[in-house]
Amino acid sequence: MAEVALSGVTKSWGATPAVDRVSFSAPPGRLVALLGPSGCGKSTTLRLIAGLEAASAGTIAIGNRDVTGLPPAKRGVSMVFQSYALFPHLSVAENIVFGLKVRDVPRTERDERLKRAAGILGLEKLLERKPSQLSGGQQQRVALGRAIVAETKVCLMDEPLSNLDAQLRVEMRREIRALQRRLGMTMLYVTHDQVEAMTMADQVVLMRNGRIEQDAPPAELYERPASIFTARFVGTPPMNVLPAALVTSCIMMDAARRTLVMTGAPAGRDPATLAVGVRPETVRLGSEGVPATVAAVEYLGADTLIETRVAGEPFLVRVSGRAAAQVGETVHLAWDAAAAQWFDLSSERRID
Amino acid sequence: MTARAIAATTAKALALALFAFALFGPLANLALWSVAERWYTPFKLPVTYGLRYWEVVFRPTGDAMSSLATSVAIAGLTVLVALLVSVPAGYALARLKLPARTLIMIAFLLPQAFPSVAIYINVARIFYQIGLAGTVTGVVLVHAAHGLVYSVWIAAAAFAAVDRDLELAARNMGASGLRTFATITLPLAAPGIMASAIFVFLESLDEFTGTFFVGVPQVTTLPLLLYSASMGGNYQIASITALILLVPSVAFMMVIERFLRADVLSKVGQ
Repeated sequence: MAEVALSGVTKSWGATPAVDRVSFSAPPGRLVALLGPSGCGKSTTLRLIAGLEAASAGTIAIGNRDVTGLPPAKRGVSMVFQSYALFPHLSVAENIVFGLKVRDVPRTERDERLKRAAGILGLEKLLERKPSQLSGGQQQRVALGRAIVAETKVCLMDEPLSNLDAQLRVEMRREIRALQRRLGMTMLYVTHDQVEAMTMADQVVLMRNGRIEQDAPPAELYERPASIFTARFVGTPPMNVLPAALVTSCIMMDAARRTLVMTGAPAGRDPATLAVGVRPETVRLGSEGVPATVAAVEYLGADTLIETRVAGEPFLVRVSGRAAAQVGETVHLAWDAAAAQWFDLSSERRID
Repeated sequence: MTARAIAATTAKALALALFAFALFGPLANLALWSVAERWYTPFKLPVTYGLRYWEVVFRPTGDAMSSLATSVAIAGLTVLVALLVSVPAGYALARLKLPARTLIMIAFLLPQAFPSVAIYINVARIFYQIGLAGTVTGVVLVHAAHGLVYSVWIAAAAFAAVDRDLELAARNMGASGLRTFATITLPLAAPGIMASAIFVFLESLDEFTGTFFVGVPQVTTLPLLLYSASMGGNYQIASITALILLVPSVAFMMVIERFLRADVLSKVGQ
């Protein structure tokens, strides 16, 4: 059973669809992140679910009810906007209970729910203020409060943290996740920040050009990326993906390493049609392996990031602690066969 | 103080004095004429002062009071008509994807684009045929057509300045389209719409040409009275009438900068 289910949902304004046959489902009580670069259609997908845009094709179901043709008010979802969308002429309290007032919830219950939401979010002392008198973090809380009092099963969030500073973002990330768990909401969370998606979500739907690139739990997204795009988008620093021929031709010179690197490569495939992906933290610096030139060294404390060039292509290496590498020096890169991931160069899809 | 500093200060003072004179000179002349009972050449100042003409103007049976009432009534009705058009039109222009948006905006500008006398002569002819000449309704329609360019353009800017996400949020929380408009969009656009209403009111209060061609002789407004008074050489009545007309203008200047926010002004005509 799914709380929110999309099936073949398409939205197009002109010739090119902004959202192209998107299908995924969010189980109840889970946090599903819609991740992707700007313009990938993730916000549009969220607005389609909320009913703020009308789908050109496909069906949207919320709580096993087809809501594709329903107006936003009848869908039973609450939404937090990127801009927070607080009404500037209303006080914090009026902003929070706006939805309840509109739905003719009796006054006593309204006050009750307001009190509870304000308590959860620590807004008790700010209820009489206007949104313009609040800090960014407080405005964010009011926007959350509006979503909480609605007591809907599904909550949609459109880049809720993008207007906050870095430190507050980390705090609010935890807070939203804790809130979602505590209230048992099903949350769809749009973000372009892969760290946010990886740390918060039970399931990540990665989108690109209006389509779903991969729909999987964070760990699977990181460990078994379905495409070169996923491999490069998820993880900081991103995965190194190189044409396999580039690496193997280097290996040719070193007979011993060649077998090691090529172990695990799909059998019967021409290396010219393959790309190999290696996470920076699985690479070892040694006396043997793929020769590379050090282009930059960044010491981060716990580890060091070494940017190298393999046959002119950038290749990142992350080693723990401090590294002795010098800029301009030639180093040799090696990794375990199990750490290498293989992709088809033309379709960019994963090969197992 | 050096000679140069003195020269600079003097120049500044002179410039300021010139500016003040250009601004307040005519007003001072008006004020002087309004209290001059007798004033003729070669005297530089009135010969006798008094409030006789004020009494004439404010006499309950006088023309001035009745034409002031007519003026205010017409201005009020003009605002009403302009708002009835500009609120829906402004909202549509700001929110809906209209194919001929620019054309529609320009259409409201047209009454201002041609010499008004040429237009009003023809309007007067048509109004005469359909029985609107010499009626308050006719004058209100002429004033409204004139005021619509301000009210529609400013209303469109005021609605455009309201963040669309606010409306979407209200819809998401369960409000109907009408409720969203009444509780969110309209209150937030109200300052701009208020300013446009004041603008239309003052334009109507001030309007001469249209009233002259369409309203005379049945409908007499304050500017018409001012015209006939000064044509008849009665500068005292003319001055007092002008001063009365000045009151709403000054009030407007004070109100407009409180009501019109910069982000609304910057969207006018977009």
